[in-house]
Amino acid sequence: MLKGRLGSFIFQLIALALAFGVVSLILISVGASPLDAYKNMFVGSVGSVRKFAEVLVSFVPLLLVTAGLLITFSSGLWNIGVEGQIVLGAISTTWVFRYFIDSTLPPALIISLAILGGMLGGALWASLAGILKTFGGVNEIFGGLGLNFVSTALTIYLIFGPWKRPGVASMSGTVPFPDSFSLPQLPDLRISMWSLGIALLAIVIIYFILQGTYFGLKIKAVGKNFRAAYLLGIPTWQYSLYSFLICGALAGAAGAIQVAAVYHRLIPSISSGYGYLGLMVAMLINYQAIWAVPVALFFAALNIGSIQLPILMKLDSSLSGVLQGTLVLFVLIVEGARQKFMKKA
Amino acid sequence: MNVELKDINKHFGKVHANKGINLNIPSGTIQGILGENGAGKSTLMKVLSGFIQADSDSEIILDGKTVTIDSPADAIRFGIGMLHQDPLDFPPMRVLDNFLLGLPGGLFPNRKKIAQDINLLAKEFDFSLDPESYVDSLTVGERQQLEIIRLLWLGARVLILDEPTTGISALQKEKLFATLKKLPEQAMTVIFVSHKLEDVESLCDKVAVLRAGELVGELKPPYNTQKFVEMMFGKMITLGERQPSQTGETILSLDNISLEDARLKIKNVNVEIKAGEVIGLAGMEGSGQGLFMRACSGLMRTVGGRIQLKGQDVTGKHYHAFKKAGVNFLPAARLEEGLIPGLSLTDHFILAEQPKGIFIDRAAGQSLAEDRIKSFNIRGTPLSTVESLSGGNQQRAELALLQSPLSLILLEHPTRGLDIESVIYIWAKLKERCKQGAAIIFISSDLDEVLQYSDRILVFFNGNVSTPIDTHKTSVTELGQLMGGKGWTEKAGKNA
Repeated sequence: MLKGRLGSFIFQLIALALAFGVVSLILISVGASPLDAYKNMFVGSVGSVRKFAEVLVSFVPLLLVTAGLLITFSSGLWNIGVEGQIVLGAISTTWVFRYFIDSTLPPALIISLAILGGMLGGALWASLAGILKTFGGVNEIFGGLGLNFVSTALTIYLIFGPWKRPGVASMSGTVPFPDSFSLPQLPDLRISMWSLGIALLAIVIIYFILQGTYFGLKIKAVGKNFRAAYLLGIPTWQYSLYSFLICGALAGAAGAIQVAAVYHRLIPSISSGYGYLGLMVAMLINYQAIWAVPVALFFAALNIGSIQLPILMKLDSSLSGVLQGTLVLFVLIVEGARQKFMKKA
Repeated sequence: MNVELKDINKHFGKVHANKGINLNIPSGTIQGILGENGAGKSTLMKVLSGFIQADSDSEIILDGKTVTIDSPADAIRFGIGMLHQDPLDFPPMRVLDNFLLGLPGGLFPNRKKIAQDINLLAKEFDFSLDPESYVDSLTVGERQQLEIIRLLWLGARVLILDEPTTGISALQKEKLFATLKKLPEQAMTVIFVSHKLEDVESLCDKVAVLRAGELVGELKPPYNTQKFVEMMFGKMITLGERQPSQTGETILSLDNISLEDARLKIKNVNVEIKAGEVIGLAGMEGSGQGLFMRACSGLMRTVGGRIQLKGQDVTGKHYHAFKKAGVNFLPAARLEEGLIPGLSLTDHFILAEQPKGIFIDRAAGQSLAEDRIKSFNIRGTPLSTVESLSGGNQQRAELALLQSPLSLILLEHPTRGLDIESVIYIWAKLKERCKQGAAIIFISSDLDEVLQYSDRILVFFNGNVSTPIDTHKTSVTELGQLMGGKGWTEKAGKNA
């Protein structure tokens, strides 16, 4: 009973229970009621259509980033630079919008160009980490981390420099774009069916690339044994670069949607930490694309559900982050324990 | 130390790897454990050395006391040390640090004292080990020596050696045996695991033969080789007559090539290899065969000279260009370089076909895999991951991955660690390739294998390469001397 899928599922539930248990202890230790906190988070995320729409707004970039990371993880790369790739996607999209600000072209075309521009920007930024890795021998973790800092600095520079608001520059970002540059949204809700569609399409494509294509199989071969893959005739470093490009493009799309459908301008923290959160989701689902949607949705719900906590319970909204992090840790620990247990059994 | 194994059983899932084994090894004995691959030798030794735990009713009795060994650290505390087939050391560290790592406790180790200990032990066994040298600069044989004295230094009273004579030279083997023979005088027990008859015969006081997880019986000197083979396989096997090959067009031509790495320089080698020919590379580990092999496959660039494949200049090209021209290289480290752990046999066969198109044709892959598994006699299913296969089956899988047609096959230790049946099978497959017009170059530290299967032999010694020697005009003695650096003046004339 403990073997196979069911067993694995039972262990995941144990991990979930342990994570909630530890967070509950933390809450009790600061004198808050865990039950109230969880209830408020639940109501705050799925208590109304409007709130659930907010969850989806958070779900879209998270799913896009996770989809991209599934490719880099498959090829054996730790693409920590994904955060910066989101930022460069957002910057590129902003640049395209600014370029066409007075244009008479149909807005739909401009929005499409802007999103494609964002994907291109993210991909190019990712290729920097890839080139550093393949030709410079710089581990992608260090390269990516460095590039993340550069991307943040670049955003601040643009907002306070060349792209500053007329009059006085401000942390609230660049001048908002006209409504015509926004991805069409559902009436009265902030979610755009277009962005949701793009994200779902992305994860489906990534699933099929990894499951059913020669490209995906080669990516996995490179990730599992670089040297043997080379001897089998796979152009290994090219495939590493391709996976950087794909992940960068998807992260760039996430950044583009943050600009085109959520903030309608460039703001300093445009990536909102979705890159790091995506890394956690990818680890939590053990790099299986099939689980990306439910887990990303759950994480997004935690994010949105915790927003009301400061007002309702005087708790910081970072509680969702604590819960997410604890959950990842416990899933990894429980999985390790399960494997050890199975070996003995 | 007196070792008694009582009713050792071990199941891996459905596989019954050890079936009620009873074995008594008195103190001061060199005990041989003989058996073909998968006979259960390694499992038994891993049980004794704490790497795995036997089923619950099994008993290990040391000097009359029943013990439970839960880990290798436990084992060494009880005085049992195991030398693995692939040395488990830390290559980028110094010899001295490798000693420190196994040391229990102690925040500030006394490096000076330990260095002295190493020198003392090394001197006792006539090893030349510098405590300050880096492990990755040592040969496999020297790494064995390092492991042996490290285990003794940690207090091992029982020394288990798993296939220790694979991958080392004849000279290093002699030294190893001399060392092992000294140990019983100090009331130590040696357990020597091998599938090589002559090694077991020349070294062991008694030999236990395993077959399919069971202890078939024990033999004492004088040994009868035929009896051993019968016990191991249940039937008689011989390697068969050596057959000369039909040669054809020139496949590979090396024109004055020079090679270099951090340790070795090879200068001005001239060789022409023809279709259908088998060239064996003999020499002590690290004498330059590896460099030569990698240069012939494009994995390493030459520093001078010209390489031609079927008349086409490929000097300075990469392995993938060589591969397109029909060169395949099979590395010795199967799971590290040859195969991809985590992927199934089907996945491997699909990848090796260099598929065009986008979507994987699963049905075609499946039938391809079934086909190859059958024709290469691999014990596994299309969905088996490569790491779940035994060594011999991994080797067959690697062979099954060779593309078709091929003009040149390069093999590093193609039969290392395999039983006779697998060896014969693999060479039959390779000879088939030769008949289809491929040339083969292979490295082996087993001189019998080199003499049995090559048409011509290149001997390597410290970066020197002999002129090609016709196999039927040479002998183990001559090759052995050349490998040891003797008799080079006439053989090496042109190349040295």
